[in-house]
Amino acid sequence: MPRRNVIEVRDLWYKYPEAKEWVLKGINLTIKEGDLIAIMGENGAGKTTLVKHFNGILKPDKGYVKVCGLDTREHTVAELAKYVGLVFQNPDHQIFASTVLEETMFALKNFGWDPERAKRRAKEVLKEMGLLDYINTSPFSLSGGEKKRLTIASILVYDPEILVLDEPTVGQDYGQKRRLAEIIERINSLGKTVIVVTHDIEFVAEYIEHVIVMSRGTIIAEGEATKVLCDDNIMKRARLLPPQLGMVVKNLEDYIDFKGNFLRLPVFVENLRRWLENDENVKGI
Amino acid sequence: MKAIKIKGLSFKYVTSSRWALKNINLEVDEGEFVLITGPSGCGKTTLCRCINGLIPHFYEGEYKGEVVLFEEIKVDEHEPYELADKVGMVFQDPESQLFMTTVEREIAFGLENLGLDREEMKNRVEWVLGLLGIEHLRDKAPYELSGGEQQKVAIAAVIAMRPRILVLDEPTANLDPMSALDVINTLCRLRKEMRITVVIVEHRLDMLAPLVDRIIVMDKGSIIVSGNPRKVFSKEVSRLERIGVEVPKVCLAYKELISATKSEVPLTPDEFVKVILHAKKECNRSKGSLV
Repeated sequence: MPRRNVIEVRDLWYKYPEAKEWVLKGINLTIKEGDLIAIMGENGAGKTTLVKHFNGILKPDKGYVKVCGLDTREHTVAELAKYVGLVFQNPDHQIFASTVLEETMFALKNFGWDPERAKRRAKEVLKEMGLLDYINTSPFSLSGGEKKRLTIASILVYDPEILVLDEPTVGQDYGQKRRLAEIIERINSLGKTVIVVTHDIEFVAEYIEHVIVMSRGTIIAEGEATKVLCDDNIMKRARLLPPQLGMVVKNLEDYIDFKGNFLRLPVFVENLRRWLENDENVKGI
Repeated sequence: MKAIKIKGLSFKYVTSSRWALKNINLEVDEGEFVLITGPSGCGKTTLCRCINGLIPHFYEGEYKGEVVLFEEIKVDEHEPYELADKVGMVFQDPESQLFMTTVEREIAFGLENLGLDREEMKNRVEWVLGLLGIEHLRDKAPYELSGGEQQKVAIAAVIAMRPRILVLDEPTANLDPMSALDVINTLCRLRKEMRITVVIVEHRLDMLAPLVDRIIVMDKGSIIVSGNPRKVFSKEVSRLERIGVEVPKVCLAYKELISATKSEVPLTPDEFVKVILHAKKECNRSKGSLV
């Protein structure tokens, strides 16, 4: 059965009030149910402005955005937020409650949940995020990594169909990034659509296979990470750098035909191991 | 000459019950380029604050041991303003550091505080704008600039004071990869031209490992690894991964595939390509079995 479109963007133009320049210039984009996608690009490319259209915080000046079939111009943020959970880059812009538990329950209260049921659900999600020990703690006393997980918890708690994470890896160390990737993979494996806005190229190379690249308010490329992230021309235009393993693959393409998602270390290593153990002589070596 | 000598340094913030630094011993040579890394909360930022005097003068707490600059200046005995021409500090978020209306004024601000005369101030502003290649930003307001440009202005404002040590706390954390590389390349150039000692805290090991003299890894308030990048990545990869340090992918691939060969651990994709082609040659010679 074909998967349905959960986000449709058609010829979207947007500029901030009183600004001279368009921030988004004719964006066209379709995202399907269950997709796991990275939106990449340099600072100021328009990534955050684009995803703010997904839950209606911003409305198109021209063109339209449909979320699960709803035209965002005709629906409030509160209505759209049931479908799209947006986790902001800076947790301090999102956190405000006096305890971790209250922060997590906030959305459920707004949706009119019974308090006991809301509490149970919040605890369930906090457990999943490894924050159960902190339920009575002030969110502001948490570390950066913990705050990030709390903001994700406070969105996941109401189970939106689409989860958007804006620069989730900024300020996170490698261990925290790995945990974040596990969370993303788990949510995605439950059939949820996950959109990650980032310029963390190694994170995308390791965990996300489908990539959209933006530059100066337009989408300049979309496709498999192994193709898009290894295309020098696209990377240069977007002011990104190819991932390390991608650079190696490019330099070895005369010798080896890499198979599979070679940006993932185990696949990369397996390709090279097979090549090393194959005793046919290679030209030029 | 040792630019920085830290002996038995421990520090506990007044707001905390655990020691942020535990018995740190560290010497940095004049002109050395040192990278400090480690998982969140390992004490990297606290250590930076001890080098520029924000600890113990601004952040209160329990302080043991000593930090000595250039063999004679004990940091805890001098106010931060007295250290301003010794240690320059650049933070993660340039916006927290920039506040004047133009780049030119921003750079002049620190110089005014040093009490320089007008002519000298003018000369230094010109010099540093040229050195960082940001003359075209002179009349712009810092808030109009991109993140990478802002970070360069922050560095320029600090460098204008001619510190002999530059300490940078995650200066590229908020930057996209090209802007980060640009800032890092600028640092390398400055270091060569000015023979300045640079201590940088960063998670981007893939970019910095080929450039620095030494990598220092901290965990839970202690230094657990210290050495040149090749030594660190040939001996300590498993340990670094365990504590949550992002090891460059080419070093990991090397460890999986060819660390049994005699070639050195590669620090860049180009080096990896050379090493793997060499390994292939060896394999062909020995009929397919890995050396």
